[in-house]
Amino acid sequence: MPIPTPFHERTAPLCQSMRWKDWSGYYGVCAYSTYAEREYFAIRHSAGLMDVSPLFKYEVTGPDAAAFLARVMVNDIPRMKVGSVSYTCWTDDEGKLLDDGTIARLDEQHFRVTAAEPSLHWFHRHQGGLDVVIEDSTARIGALSLQGPQARQILRHVTDTDMDDLGFFRLARGRFDGFEATITRTGYTGDLGYEIWVASDDAIPLWDVLMDAGPSFGMIPNGLDALDMTRVEAGFIMNGVDYSSANHCLIESRKSTPYEAGLGWTVHLQREPFIGQTQLRRENDQGPERCFVGLEIDWDEMEALFAAVGLPPELPGAAWRNPVPIYSHGGTQIGYATSGSWSPMLKKNLALGTVAASHGRIGEQLRIEMTVEHVRHQVKATVLDRPFFDPDRKRS
Amino acid sequence: MADGFDAIIVGGGHNGLTCAAYLAKAGRKVLVLEGRHVLGGAAVTEELYPGFHFSVCSYVVSLFRPHIIRELELTRHGLDMIPLESSFLPLPDGDSLCRWADTHETRREIARFSPRDAEVYPEFGMAMGKVAHFAKALIDAPAPDPASLDPREWVKLLRLGRMFQELPADLRHLNLQMMTMSAVDFLDLWFESPVLKAPMSVSGIIGTYLGVRSPGTAYVLLHHYMGEIDGAFRSWGFSRGGTGEVSLAIARAAESHGAQIRTEAPVEQFLVNNGRAEGVVLENGDELRAKTVISGLDPHRTFRVMVGEEHLDPEFAAQIVRYKMRGSSAKVNLAVDRLPVFSCRPEGTAHLRGDVAICPSIDYLERAYDQAKYGDFSERPYLNVVIPSLVDPTVAPPGKHIISCFVQYAPYQIKEGPDFWPERREALGDTVVDTLAEYIPGLKSSILFRQVLTPWDLEQEFGLTEGNIFHGELSPEQLLFQRPAAGWARYRTPIRSLWMCASGTHPGGGIMGAPGELCAKSMLSERAL
Repeated sequence: MPIPTPFHERTAPLCQSMRWKDWSGYYGVCAYSTYAEREYFAIRHSAGLMDVSPLFKYEVTGPDAAAFLARVMVNDIPRMKVGSVSYTCWTDDEGKLLDDGTIARLDEQHFRVTAAEPSLHWFHRHQGGLDVVIEDSTARIGALSLQGPQARQILRHVTDTDMDDLGFFRLARGRFDGFEATITRTGYTGDLGYEIWVASDDAIPLWDVLMDAGPSFGMIPNGLDALDMTRVEAGFIMNGVDYSSANHCLIESRKSTPYEAGLGWTVHLQREPFIGQTQLRRENDQGPERCFVGLEIDWDEMEALFAAVGLPPELPGAAWRNPVPIYSHGGTQIGYATSGSWSPMLKKNLALGTVAASHGRIGEQLRIEMTVEHVRHQVKATVLDRPFFDPDRKRS
Repeated sequence: MADGFDAIIVGGGHNGLTCAAYLAKAGRKVLVLEGRHVLGGAAVTEELYPGFHFSVCSYVVSLFRPHIIRELELTRHGLDMIPLESSFLPLPDGDSLCRWADTHETRREIARFSPRDAEVYPEFGMAMGKVAHFAKALIDAPAPDPASLDPREWVKLLRLGRMFQELPADLRHLNLQMMTMSAVDFLDLWFESPVLKAPMSVSGIIGTYLGVRSPGTAYVLLHHYMGEIDGAFRSWGFSRGGTGEVSLAIARAAESHGAQIRTEAPVEQFLVNNGRAEGVVLENGDELRAKTVISGLDPHRTFRVMVGEEHLDPEFAAQIVRYKMRGSSAKVNLAVDRLPVFSCRPEGTAHLRGDVAICPSIDYLERAYDQAKYGDFSERPYLNVVIPSLVDPTVAPPGKHIISCFVQYAPYQIKEGPDFWPERREALGDTVVDTLAEYIPGLKSSILFRQVLTPWDLEQEFGLTEGNIFHGELSPEQLLFQRPAAGWARYRTPIRSLWMCASGTHPGGGIMGAPGELCAKSMLSERAL
């Protein structure tokens, strides 16, 4: 049975759809009303407020905190400045992905790592002789994600922290009425947005202050369905959907390296030894066999397939995450899509997937399977650069 | 040509801009001339009151053609639409009916008035959807001409005929019923509840000088089911930043292909010589010449004002005179300092995120029309109200809102004569606010600013002859190959090198873009420039 998050007593009465799912052992709202699109549009036009407390959180503290993370993570953590946040991933000894997440440097000797999966044991195992304390803070820290073009305005109303000073992937101490929280300018929507990390005891006051100020700016609470559409538009990879953590892979071919998952940019090879470095060096030299791509499914070919059976084109009503074969132009299968969504902002039918590296160039024309009236067809799909949706406000 | 333009497009409305974008994309040198200081024509956003950005005239988007969005890459240029969620009908007796995206919730709402209608409602939607699917083939191509001797026209007609034939018999009947019946008669075939029929029937009369019991109004009901957002036939949408943003996105697309666009460049008349359009004369006296002139104005202004009847064949001129403009609607825009609270449903905001219809009964609508027939505006008009600031916070300051009211009937031809409209403007504004305040008791004290646009204002300020929002009524005799005149429904005009690209041509009005697109494509395929 899932358990409630620190915000549950507020989110539960609002969740009129009664649609919940088990998110890492917690109750996560899928959509508050039966009309999930409202939440999607709120994120893109005003703001969405989402309880992201189920993310796993780890406090890494002590004189060797940076050195420890340098050993575990693929990127060069000691170079991080206090007050910054980094996106990162970590691998096993073979350079196969275990998880991805963010690292916030709260202090010289204090980092907070977020993860999609329980990772305490893995971290402890590699602590070695380092002077570092690793604590699972998941239960004692609640988190809200406030995403959308009005997010900054809303925070200005509820905290005296200077929001103009808070750059992309930076953090600040948020001073609210009666409590403090950490505000990071991060998110999983590819939009202007913030995540607010608060002691569980202060979770309800944080929710209340945001729900008090937010609606004037069009803010509404949003659930996982809306998040899933935005993260596809942002082109973000998802653990358990677009790749599998090596921990769960029964066969080698299911594992991915950061390069194969499109996370090669996070890997810093030229530094002190870290877990997976040898294998990652080799792969970097040879080039990965597969690559993670963003695809646009061709509208005209899709429309023609539907027209042939007398139907208007039917679009998926929500983001999807079932594997779909991808073929080369010539018709041989060269990969598979793992998730996708119609993008109301871009008016494009988008997919994310993994294909043979030789077919991953931007602009490459591939074919993707599409079932229309129970009959399988293929339609054109073009490799696009990610993020698909990348508004200036995200960084400005 | 002296100025080197392949085409001068007169009127920077959304169709003129669409036409410009397509021509520029095809490599033609295009100049768009807009008389006002801002682009968009009737699809325009203006900050009329500090912090409030009004969709001054047209206020929702439904029929905008999805392939135009793709072909002109309009999302890259800023096009951004938000679907309307619901349709709310407050009633004077304190009850109300809201139709939602959630089908079961809608069924329960309707069942309070008629359990039978509640189940017929989705059946009706399904039937309309099928007819709309057929109609889509008509609006996405130039209208075939049944009077033509050109065999290519016969092929097109045959193809349509075959499509029609392939429709199941019941849908063919439905189609014919819609072309001939009144909106109310047609809805009577399906529904019993007057509470449901009233708000459904009004989509048959929007922008026409007809009543819901006038024959021919059933056809326009279909428009409600032809809206296409994201592929699916459905609903209406707000444009983020107001409807002007649709125009601006198209303008940016046009400019990205090299089109030149000038505002505050009002045109005095077209230069016509020996039956050929050679350019335009601006109000400041400048003459601009081009290979072709494309009118983004309505047919009356195009031919009777800009060309001049002396250049027209009398038979054609008579057809244009007979082409019905007769605007019947007005617009009232309000800035308010708080969200309106309807006394019949004071809790929550979900029911206000779509449109709100003030039309409690069929008789209410007929009475409203009765007064209009004899030259008055309706004492209690039909209002179609939207509050775009609820879903798009960019159009109003935090906590404050825009209330946009489409008002019918307000006939251009009031009994004192159209020029008397400025004297009655504020009385119309008061009528609208009084009507709305019967449902929103706190309305009057919340109003910060009010703009009233009578049909006369729409004509004076936006160039819509007689204030007709569709560049001519969308009645069956003015559609397809008869729009705007028999034999001249293909964007060409009797004046050589003069073309038409706006809502007075097939397939008609609304923020659709299709006339502009089809005009440009016709010109390109006929090598007109």
